[in-house]
Amino acid sequence: MLASKSLVGLGLQTSKSSALRRYASAAPTAAFAGQKGSNGKYTVTLIPGDGIGPEISQSIKDIYSSAEVPIEWEEVSVTPVLKGGKTVIPDSAIHSVKKNTVALKGPLATPIGKGHVSLNLTLRRTFNLFANVRPCASIKGFKTPYDGVNTVLIRENTEGEYSGIEHEIVDGVVQSIKLITWEASERVARYAFHYAQSSGRRRVTAVHKANIMKMSDGMFLSACREVSKEFPDVAYDEDLLDRVCLQIVTNPRPFSDHVMVMPNLYGDILSDMCAGLIGGLGLTPSGNIGRDASIFEAVHGSAPDIAGKGLANPTALLLSSLMMLRHMKLGEYASRIEKATLATIAEGKSITGDLGGKATTIEYTNAIIEKIRT
Amino acid sequence: MSAVLRSAIPAAYRPIAQASRAATTLSAGFPRSNPQPHTKKYGGVYTVTLIPGDGIGGEITDSVKEIFDYVNAPIEWEQYDVSGMSSSGEALFKKAMESLKRNRVGLKGILFTPISQLGHISWNVAMRQQLDIYASVVLCKSLPGFPTRHSNVDFAIIRENTEGEYSGLEHQSYPGVVESLKVSTRAKAERIARFAFDFAQKNNRKKVTCVHKANIMKLGDGLFLNTFRRVAEEYKSSGIEYNDMIVDNTSMQLVARPGQFDVMVMPNLYGAIVSNIGAALVGGPGVVPGCNVGREYALFEPGCRHVASDIMGTNRANPTAMVLSATMMLRHLGLDSIANNIASAVFEVISEGTTKTHDMGGSATTSDFTSAIIKKL
Repeated sequence: MLASKSLVGLGLQTSKSSALRRYASAAPTAAFAGQKGSNGKYTVTLIPGDGIGPEISQSIKDIYSSAEVPIEWEEVSVTPVLKGGKTVIPDSAIHSVKKNTVALKGPLATPIGKGHVSLNLTLRRTFNLFANVRPCASIKGFKTPYDGVNTVLIRENTEGEYSGIEHEIVDGVVQSIKLITWEASERVARYAFHYAQSSGRRRVTAVHKANIMKMSDGMFLSACREVSKEFPDVAYDEDLLDRVCLQIVTNPRPFSDHVMVMPNLYGDILSDMCAGLIGGLGLTPSGNIGRDASIFEAVHGSAPDIAGKGLANPTALLLSSLMMLRHMKLGEYASRIEKATLATIAEGKSITGDLGGKATTIEYTNAIIEKIRT
Repeated sequence: MSAVLRSAIPAAYRPIAQASRAATTLSAGFPRSNPQPHTKKYGGVYTVTLIPGDGIGGEITDSVKEIFDYVNAPIEWEQYDVSGMSSSGEALFKKAMESLKRNRVGLKGILFTPISQLGHISWNVAMRQQLDIYASVVLCKSLPGFPTRHSNVDFAIIRENTEGEYSGLEHQSYPGVVESLKVSTRAKAERIARFAFDFAQKNNRKKVTCVHKANIMKLGDGLFLNTFRRVAEEYKSSGIEYNDMIVDNTSMQLVARPGQFDVMVMPNLYGAIVSNIGAALVGGPGVVPGCNVGREYALFEPGCRHVASDIMGTNRANPTAMVLSATMMLRHLGLDSIANNIASAVFEVISEGTTKTHDMGGSATTSDFTSAIIKKL
């Protein structure tokens, strides 16, 4: 695994100049290649985050130690520090993530005021986090108007409409540039097919608006098409953004065996829409897959109003950590914890306030641990 | 006359939350900046350009023609069977555009747009840009008799129709690197914001929400948002509330709590997304009417723009969206009473629930549904 990774990594280095490059191997550059330490455990960076972050991180740690997951946490803080007149993420945090290549991150409070570079953006750039993976599955015991949701959406994370290239040509006329490159499109498409293959989904659907943006979305599609040839066992199709919105909200069930892949903006909007179907960001995991590291995170806010009160719901972070385990090929641990978590929520006896229960974070955590042990 | 008709409609058809607004105003007035003088009217008859469009367009516009014939609506159609399925339709498309420019009012289905780079550009977009019909109005409202997952949906989507991501400006700077320009201008942001507030005022709506992504596109969407806020100041005395919401949060809120939205105003691409979510909330593209209006021209088309070639020619399409769009057109021409008659007949058929098309879970054909409407007239 390590050998193939470094080969592919080399290929990336040497062929960066040729835009229409092709890999010989189908393994994505982002595949996990970490190794166990001398204690038989993988080291994973843990960024507890702000607000409720430390409480929900503690809950994950407790659950993991009772499930005997072979993981050792390396806790770091990403609270910005001043360096050369700029606020940046501490070097120790960057070093830790780089070394471990996997991290779990709690919610971060967005610093208000000027001069702060968005932490998420910094992390994304530093580790080349090119794909955002957002699965949404209905959770039994938490009723919404939609049943049987089970979608997976993969979003290109580095360019597109969020390239940040904008200018005002004359007063009152602004151009924002949507940047689409073959390289980034191909990279995210490859990861989507890889994800489909390893998660047992039969089909990759590229979501686009190429009827209007013929060149940019058109190129995104041709990159997906090219990559699809390397994965003959995964079906491939393309669908218009309009139709996908309409179909998911009308009936999400047919998407249960799809992996959707799309440019940045569409992915941003649709991933939150899917989260809305199952009850919001408190129940949806998220993973950022990168070339140099992968960071799994809860995408909800830091909830300063209930911080420190022991009322927070750790589910989103827990589910994100399970994505991380699967990324690290520790799927059997993930399945055990997932089963216990879903059973606890379905039972409804020890669930937190946001899910309609009365339990504290610790009671909820202990209920899951009890289920893992039995 | 219209007041009488409105009160004749049983309370069941009225929206539950806001009883003051009768169901027939579902497709009520957008600001008529340039009403009668420009429309062509000879001997009391208006000439209107009709472009049935691709897919199910022919079937659902036939339904409109049949209903209009039955009620003797003073409309004469100038029909152009333009098709976007091949680029050879361009000559006819140009003729249709000329007709629209003469008549200033049109009813249209959706034209197919090829995805291939070799294919022609979207004629739907070309029409909106060339006629400068800058405001797309889409009305999403729960219909009594057609239950969906949500029962409290009643919002209007006001979408900028002529710029943004649909500018059509794209280039390949280097092999494998493509730039697509999103153009945002203050002038167009201002007129769409103004349109939204005018619409809210005329239709007795309470709140206008600006949908944007100004946290990321600080200049482009920032301009849209700031202009919206400035225009909102001017409408302060009208008592209309306003707020703004980031587009990803909006889509999440829409599927979870759609009742919080009233009038929404947004740039072009977000409109495509939101109108499709909205349509799905109330039962699909078959029941969502819409129109595109500018200073000079008005073009009426289903609000959720799908060709629906999968059910084309099977006589299964739901004509509601097209018929309601046509009633919006009648109101635009000042033919309110005919419009209200037809609209309430449609709502009656739906609320009775005996004649349901395929998308509503029934097996009635387009023709059955049309006959049921005519029976109510």
